[in-house]
Amino acid sequence: MIPRYQTILFVILLVASIVMSVVLWQLRDRAHQRLLAGQDSAPTQAPEVAPAEQATLLVANDTDNSLLTQTLSLPLPPSSGARARAILGKLLDLYAAPDAAHPVPGGAASIAQVFLLPVPAPDDAPVSGPPANSPQAAAPKDSGTGPQLAVVNLTGAFAASHPSGLETETLTVLSICATLHANLPRVTQVRFLVDGQTRLTLAGHADLTRTYLAAQAVPAEGNHP
Amino acid sequence: MPVRLEIRPLPTASIQPLRRSHDAPCPILFAPFAKRMGCLLSLSLLAALPAFGQAPPAPAARFVVVLDAAHGGDDTGGRLGNPTAAAQPEKAFTLALSVRVRSLLAARGFSVVTTRESDVSVTDDRRAEIANRANAQACLSLHASQSGSGIHLYASSLTPAEPARLLAWKTAQAAYVTRSLALAGVLNSALGHAAMTVTLGSTALPSIDSMACPAVAIEIAPELGPNRAITGALDDPAYQARVATALAAAIVQWRAEVRQP
Repeated sequence: MIPRYQTILFVILLVASIVMSVVLWQLRDRAHQRLLAGQDSAPTQAPEVAPAEQATLLVANDTDNSLLTQTLSLPLPPSSGARARAILGKLLDLYAAPDAAHPVPGGAASIAQVFLLPVPAPDDAPVSGPPANSPQAAAPKDSGTGPQLAVVNLTGAFAASHPSGLETETLTVLSICATLHANLPRVTQVRFLVDGQTRLTLAGHADLTRTYLAAQAVPAEGNHP
Repeated sequence: MPVRLEIRPLPTASIQPLRRSHDAPCPILFAPFAKRMGCLLSLSLLAALPAFGQAPPAPAARFVVVLDAAHGGDDTGGRLGNPTAAAQPEKAFTLALSVRVRSLLAARGFSVVTTRESDVSVTDDRRAEIANRANAQACLSLHASQSGSGIHLYASSLTPAEPARLLAWKTAQAAYVTRSLALAGVLNSALGHAAMTVTLGSTALPSIDSMACPAVAIEIAPELGPNRAITGALDDPAYQARVATALAAAIVQWRAEVRQP
């Protein structure tokens, strides 16, 4: 004969085991969803199947505070947004190389997204439509011929690891603007986000709240910006 | 018996206008008392005449220089020096340089206003507010970095605009960009005379973009030799002294240019 108290204890333990199993199953599901949400499904590098094209990079040099033009042959995707991201990724790969003249860690993965939007008219009311982070908003708008605003979304890790200094931060910002304008002439303005949010400065100096005019970032004779 | 009062006109000599002593010297020693006192009063007034006749020499206009030591408090700025050794925060370097330059400028008769005198946090708006209240003729924002070499001079990248009575806060520097570039040129010349490597550029720096004065951001980096060996480290007092002396010489030159008619 099983004592009554043992029966009660067994039932309690059984119920506790079932509850714990359910909780663990839910926690596992949540972790899985969180992992999927954090995973960047966008391509970080241009697909190799794309045909190679000439890309012009404005590469910064800390020694003489200059932007030097460098032409590379890269496989570039057809859509403007992905093309801009691939080119900027190559630029930051150069900066992450061990013997870079403008050393900045991070590489191509530091460019989270590049959005190309039509330049809003000064008196325009707030644009209605899909939210900025939706796929519809991120889709390249190649149909028009007007000037474009490029919104470059950098990763927080890139901003956190960027060396602090007036020259180095200014060169990073200007080389990104100039490279975008050199390859996508319709890009006349550039804005920066970090992890999708507005940030005051890149690493304590260069202002990231303003809209940069891309044409002004291009050096006149490939020298000082 | 009623007393008759007779009013007589005063002698002509007593109502004569004051004359200079070399025209008609008063016979002080031999005159009666009243006349003697009148002469003494006349002479004292005559002695004071030149002071009324000429304007006092105009005091020299205050030439105000604002020194903005970047960062401070929780904002340490960049890390300077060898990463393997104990790195110095940028905020400490800029404060030490600000104090050194302030001493040199004060010794040369400048009115110097600093945005901070200790390790405290100062917002960009507060820095610009201090500079704008000072009505300065030169504003220097001091920075330091381990990257690059020599001295980096940056003016605002705002598009130059015409001066106006009312300036937008975030773009107040636009009305002064032309003069800021001239100040950067003077700094470039003085630093070049001190045999330092100088690079010029323009940047978007919130603190100087709101300043209504000729403003230049100065970033001091280690000095590199031909083989990229460090010939002037940031923690080298001799290098710091060379930079501070060159900056003070530049401001003296800038004052001379500003005061030229």
